[in-house]
Amino acid sequence: MDRRKFLLDSSCSIVGGLLIPRLSWPVAADSLPAGAIASEIMDALPGKRPLIKRSFRPPNYETPVPVFRAAYTPNDAFYVRWHSGVPEVTLADWRLRVGGPGVKIPREFSHRELTRRFRSVEIAAVNQCSGNRRGLFSPHVPGVQWGYGAMGNAIWRGVRLKDVLESAGLGASALEVVCNGADAPMLSGPDFAKSLPMWKALDPDTLIAFDMNGEPLPVLNGFPARLVVPGWTATYWVKALSDLQVTDKPFDGFWMKTAYRVPRGMFGMSGFESQDTEQNSPITSIKVNSLVVDPVPGTLLALGRRVKLTGIAWDSGTGIRRVEVSPDGGANWRAARLGRDFGRYAWRQWSHDFRPMIAGPQSFMVRAMARDGATQAGRLVHNPAGYHHNVVQRVDYHVA
Amino acid sequence: MLFAAALLAAVTAHADESSLVLAAGDGLNQVKSSCAMCHSLDYILMNSPFQDRAGWEKTVTKMIKVMGAPITAEDSAIIVRYLADHYGKDSPPAEGGGS
Repeated sequence: MDRRKFLLDSSCSIVGGLLIPRLSWPVAADSLPAGAIASEIMDALPGKRPLIKRSFRPPNYETPVPVFRAAYTPNDAFYVRWHSGVPEVTLADWRLRVGGPGVKIPREFSHRELTRRFRSVEIAAVNQCSGNRRGLFSPHVPGVQWGYGAMGNAIWRGVRLKDVLESAGLGASALEVVCNGADAPMLSGPDFAKSLPMWKALDPDTLIAFDMNGEPLPVLNGFPARLVVPGWTATYWVKALSDLQVTDKPFDGFWMKTAYRVPRGMFGMSGFESQDTEQNSPITSIKVNSLVVDPVPGTLLALGRRVKLTGIAWDSGTGIRRVEVSPDGGANWRAARLGRDFGRYAWRQWSHDFRPMIAGPQSFMVRAMARDGATQAGRLVHNPAGYHHNVVQRVDYHVA
Repeated sequence: MLFAAALLAAVTAHADESSLVLAAGDGLNQVKSSCAMCHSLDYILMNSPFQDRAGWEKTVTKMIKVMGAPITAEDSAIIVRYLADHYGKDSPPAEGGGS
């Protein structure tokens, strides 16, 4: 039997399946630097199960892909990423200050005041490090050499950043909100602080979260409060949040002005005009992406026995329109079945049934399309800092 | 913003950090005393072996000029040479890697 014909036949037999013939899809280079593989270990930080250690200090640990079988990533398995030491803040001592030239009445809130005064809201959202999959860049670029696991999906509960800012009275000059946490820089290095444009800060989905999946935030994920900026990469989700300054000019801190930048126009508009320069823009929205979770690549598949390919897909919050699977290196694609919609910022689980009928190597490629029509990259869009890796994934198996 | 009293010392070393082993060679002492002031040495292992000498030089310069690492020009040159020789693009496969 002709292989192509078989594939067509088998997929057409699945209800709801669609075949969309496409040109061959380029295959992503898919390996971490040798030194990153040699230095990774499974290691448990306090309050965490063993995760993939990338660096001990500051702690940068990623979530193993099999954890993503769950719709929500358990707190003890949620990835860890710090730029400097992890601050230990007690709830009793913690205060959130709101000030700056853009507010009329500077404020200071305790945890109790915030939770009593402002409406409690929750949102399901993917938190993904800007540099997730940096380790898969070819050629490699320096930085934390993340694989697939610098991300997670959780239910975040807290108060709206908008409500807190408005309680201080926003002035007409308000341009950005500079968000700072209790973490301190190493030596005389730059303090980690990020700013948001007013429109994003005032978006009702942008939260100051205290809880994650129904529990207080783990210390390693920003206890007692972190920003939740759905749809934007995790660099904005400032942990151990302690200070909000509403400014009337663009914030020029290192982590805004110099770091977390992408070449201007390479990934579309930033939506953060006050931080755009002629050369570059701040990284902002998450790019549509997907990931195969099962079977684990390399698994031996039984000839003639049905296998369920499963995974997740997500974007910046327009939602996932469609996930397609190709069993033949990108020649043909058919729609995967989408799982329950947990909200537009959450990831969407998907599955695809397949019965391998030919012994030998079997690979699948998977790609997602967002509701705004955006699709994953066919080829890596290389950029100096190693951001936005959303190349169509290819997973290899063997059938026997 | 710094909550000085509430901060865990930034230099607190994780227990397992001591398991990291870097290649023996001239400059290892300078690497240990300078780089490990702020971060564990797996940053070096992880970022190898794909940076050439110029790449490592750029990294070390950033650590000094941006991150405030107090490294003398003399030590900086020694560190760059060590990194390029042992963890550079064309260096032999890194020894150790740790734990």
